[in-house]
Amino acid sequence: MSLLEVRNLRVTFDTETGLVQAVRGVSFSLGHERLGIVGESGSGKTMTGRAVLRLIRPPGRIEADAMTFDGQDILHASEREMRALRGKRIGMVMQDPKYSLNPVMTVGRQLTEGLRLRDGLGRADATAKAIAALEAVQIRDPGRVMDAYPHELSGGMGQRVMIAMMLIPEPELLIADEPTSALDVTVQAEVLSILDRLVRDRGMGLIFISHDLRLVARFCDRVLVMHKGLVVEEIAASRLLDAKHPYTKGLLNCLPRIGGPRGPLPVLDRAGI
Amino acid sequence: MTSTPAPPPRNRLLPVVTQILLGLGTLAITLLGLLLITFVIARVVPTDPVLSIVGERATEAQIAAIREKLGLDLPLWQQFFIYVWDAMRGDLGTSIKTGAPVASEIARYFPATLELATLGTIFGTLVGVPAGVLAATRPGSIADQIVRVVGLMGYSMPVFWLGLIGLLVFYGQLDWVSGPGRLDPTYDMMMEFTLTSYTGMILIDSALNGAWDVFGNAVSHIILPAGLLGYVSMAYISRMTRSFMMNELGQEYITTARVKGMPEWRVVWVHAMKNVAVPLITVIALSYAYLLEGSVLTETIFAWPGLGSYITDALFSADMPAVLGGTVVVGVVFVTLNMASDILYRLVDPRART
Repeated sequence: MSLLEVRNLRVTFDTETGLVQAVRGVSFSLGHERLGIVGESGSGKTMTGRAVLRLIRPPGRIEADAMTFDGQDILHASEREMRALRGKRIGMVMQDPKYSLNPVMTVGRQLTEGLRLRDGLGRADATAKAIAALEAVQIRDPGRVMDAYPHELSGGMGQRVMIAMMLIPEPELLIADEPTSALDVTVQAEVLSILDRLVRDRGMGLIFISHDLRLVARFCDRVLVMHKGLVVEEIAASRLLDAKHPYTKGLLNCLPRIGGPRGPLPVLDRAGI
Repeated sequence: MTSTPAPPPRNRLLPVVTQILLGLGTLAITLLGLLLITFVIARVVPTDPVLSIVGERATEAQIAAIREKLGLDLPLWQQFFIYVWDAMRGDLGTSIKTGAPVASEIARYFPATLELATLGTIFGTLVGVPAGVLAATRPGSIADQIVRVVGLMGYSMPVFWLGLIGLLVFYGQLDWVSGPGRLDPTYDMMMEFTLTSYTGMILIDSALNGAWDVFGNAVSHIILPAGLLGYVSMAYISRMTRSFMMNELGQEYITTARVKGMPEWRVVWVHAMKNVAVPLITVIALSYAYLLEGSVLTETIFAWPGLGSYITDALFSADMPAVLGGTVVVGVVFVTLNMASDILYRLVDPRART
């Protein structure tokens, strides 16, 4: 049975200028595998990820024909049931650790609060677990990082802290929403390889959201290409070059290649989409 | 690149101590500037301190003698030096009207204002912050509308009118509270003659003396004006809290807390509130300073013998030393509160400590 099943997901925002449909009917299912979601800004990929956690705030609305996680209906689950899933069984890593970590709480408190509040662990046990989690994301001096505030960390370190925080409860599904877009290119590879190894070792399901088609292709088993709130193509990552949909082809064509011809890059032909 | 740069070594209090020292330096400079201004005003205004002492029929010799006694024959810079030196020793001059030292008069009046403003700020904060949070967590709801309307009334209705209506309803009609003044006359005598004064604040002094009947009477007197000032500061604090909280709730770290499965109360009151507290400290301190500077209208309506009434009375009788002494005290209060909020700010916000 699949881990996550989403059928005809719609996310709408009731704004002053009328209804905005961010996601207009997305369906996919996910096992213990890595699913990539790619698309340009505003294609609805982030909203799809957040809808799975039911973290769309009013005036946003989530509708779907069905949405189940491990057989449990998460479309109609109560807020209490959702809280039990969030953090514990589904985690999410966001784009920029500068904003996704609480600026006035130490890293240690943010790492341990779930353990202490939810699992009722004592201070020492929670700290030990948090330090182990920091070591798992290859932070050398975890004791010191525990005492640091987020603004004292570099972007790469912050993102590792974020990954550690989400992996502490050993979730079955991790949603990574552009986890490396805010990082320097050199740090990106490093953070990605840490994420890759942890997800592989623990056999988690992963939804990797990105605008970087190549990155997703390298990192995932399967790719959903989204455009204007719809999935335009679903394809195995290894067969990306055989993509049929003009939008996917367009996206691929936009990427420069080292050693390729040095003329102007083609742009997306939006007329055909 | 696998090395992880270590964060700076931890010593959280050292920067705060440095800040306090720096703050004290700023405080001294600011107060010196304030004294300079009041000094200049005293020399510029067309009231002659000598004339107001000796009267119109004095002889030249008498006038000269008083001038010398007041030090007015010295060069200006020496006069200023003496003025600053006196102020530092707590001598703010002598009131023309009463002939008593301004400092000791203000020491009698200021506790009344301090008591009133402190209670008002406590009311305003205890009601305003939760009201603002309630409004921010349910924008557009009935609760939000109520907080908005009640706050708007506090903003826009004149204090003297609210005070009069308050007296009319709660004192005149319902008789729930006592009327103007700090105490009923009988208790006033008791306070004056049988109880030890520690702070000049009746609530605290009567409690320290164990005179609970006096305490009760003082409460019934202060509750209405303090409630009124509390309402005004609540209006301001709740609006600011709402907007700060709305801003924080839209931040990404709030989503992180929710992703971690934190209950909503913890998301709002711990994760967001810790960040809201940073600007809110300044807001509350400013509103407190505003009330401490003497809420003239409130003190007039409630016959409250506080700093506001003192300065107003002094102004009307052209009692310059009293006016300027009061101004210096207001300045000190303002600067001190500003500094206190600066220090608190740094304790709450780690980013401001560096």
